[in-house]
Amino acid sequence: MADLVSHPDEVKVVSKRFGQGAADIDRYLALDGYKAAQKALAMTPDAIINEVKTSNLRGRGGAGFPTGMKWSFVPKDSPKQKYILCNGDESEPGTCKDRLILEHDPHSVIEGVMIAGLAVNAQSGYIYIRGEYRYLSIIMQKAIKDAYARGFLGKNIFGSGKTFEVYWHGGAGAYEVGEESALMESLEGKRGIPRIKPPFPAVVGLWGSPTVINNVETLASAPHIILDGAQKFADYGTPKNGGVRLFCLSGHVNKPGVYELPLGYSLKKMIYAVGGGIPGGKKIKAVVPGGSSTPVLTADEIDIAMDFDGVAKAGSMLGSGGVVVIDESTCMVRFAQYIMKFYQHESCGWCIPCREGTDWLKKTLDRFHAGGGVKKDINNIQYLAENMMGRTFCPLGDAAAMPTISIVTKFRKEFEDHLEGRPCPYDPVGSVRLLPVLSH
Amino acid sequence: MIFSPEFEQRFTEMLTHYPSKRSVLVPTLLYAQDEVGYLSDEAITEIAQRLQLTELDVRNVISYYSMLTTKPRGKYNVQVCTNIACILRGADDLWEHCQKKFGLRHKQTTPDGQFSIEEVECIGACSWAPAMQVNYDFHENLTKDKLDTILDGYKKKA
Repeated sequence: MADLVSHPDEVKVVSKRFGQGAADIDRYLALDGYKAAQKALAMTPDAIINEVKTSNLRGRGGAGFPTGMKWSFVPKDSPKQKYILCNGDESEPGTCKDRLILEHDPHSVIEGVMIAGLAVNAQSGYIYIRGEYRYLSIIMQKAIKDAYARGFLGKNIFGSGKTFEVYWHGGAGAYEVGEESALMESLEGKRGIPRIKPPFPAVVGLWGSPTVINNVETLASAPHIILDGAQKFADYGTPKNGGVRLFCLSGHVNKPGVYELPLGYSLKKMIYAVGGGIPGGKKIKAVVPGGSSTPVLTADEIDIAMDFDGVAKAGSMLGSGGVVVIDESTCMVRFAQYIMKFYQHESCGWCIPCREGTDWLKKTLDRFHAGGGVKKDINNIQYLAENMMGRTFCPLGDAAAMPTISIVTKFRKEFEDHLEGRPCPYDPVGSVRLLPVLSH
Repeated sequence: MIFSPEFEQRFTEMLTHYPSKRSVLVPTLLYAQDEVGYLSDEAITEIAQRLQLTELDVRNVISYYSMLTTKPRGKYNVQVCTNIACILRGADDLWEHCQKKFGLRHKQTTPDGQFSIEEVECIGACSWAPAMQVNYDFHENLTKDKLDTILDGYKKKA
């Protein structure tokens, strides 16, 4: 469906089977499929976890938590059933990578779930796919069925006597459900409202049992680590930031697409060399480095290494790998407005700072961009956003606040340019469409 | 309430996947909606009974998920993404164009019940923006002309 792109700087690991028909189980087997799962079957759980720790694999969903460490948190002595939950509720604006993995290489996700299961002694895994991705859910259902038919899943996997079941699950439209505790609520058939932590899912997760929750790309990396060796994977990236990852380039670039690049790759190079620069030879105004919830970087801040620590040092986050490039002709007030429209729509309403904060911010930004802003609104926007930070059960409040704070502090002049009923200076045509709002 | 044999087969199979019956609720609601067109009172009663839930429980869940609806929609639900990556590549013009084309606003349906339009949040097509979904089908790298061609194609099918 979605077009594939490539660039010589890419190091294809997770994406190596893209475009090769690997959704078909025979083709997948011909491309070294299910070898890692069989190798893992011969290993002890501790050996698998150590291997993943050595690889320095960090969560690809957004938080960047070390995967091996997450797996090691599952209590070994618990008599309860344990679960693996694969998070395919990809909805972070700017992110469209899990879609490609699920479309082109669904068996690698199943294999990753199996490896995680063997590492923590779980006997079942669930692959949760967002409702909008219906075609991927169909692909996954077929892949699971094929794997059962070959005896790779079920009561006696690869003739080992061990049991491992994998099921698919579908969502029905909710960004919030991408948060791990909300994801579990959704899978249990409830509203996707976050749970209080602790206890963490590794101890009390699905139906009260220990649960490991990982992103699609994280789990799809596991077979490559087991099969090709942890050190090799670690060496692709930078210290403590192992491997490669799928970066989704979007916005104002000539060659948008999903590229698999080593962690630590230069952001500037990613935009200009890989992405082919900005259309019309325009200048960059800002870059969203890791999905809409990460603080934006200005044009002066993009000479950085794209790994978890490099982006953190620049005051932002590597997040989910969604790199959105914004050119000089874009109005940042309007950009902030669209970001807040999203979070206001997606806030589940459980925590007051997020429910009220996103709504106030959306209304303020709508009015502001329409020319109805007053000077004290600028400080108010920042104050409202700062007061959402860290005051909610889940990170959605932070996700709405972080980009807003970065935009209002880094682009304060653009807010001032909108004052006193002036039409938007960056979009004279579009501003005519805006509702006439009086400021006094 | 009669659902299709495929629905029943999937429902029966899914019940074996989880330690609790309730877990099948969200996907089941979506599949039921696909068959009926929306979640009718009758469908809600039926699903609540099957899963031993109250209707209120089911309605609470429905109101949370943006894809679920208790109101009839068009046979073809046109969902235009207006999130950041799409907006930067002209999605607001596209959405405006789409509204004018049908003479509809957000979540309205044509009188003949064939089309409804909706402004949606990120559908995971950022690198191929701007994008829309018509029911479950993705249409990407859109322009106004391309949108017209695609929607006229659906009109012929309607």
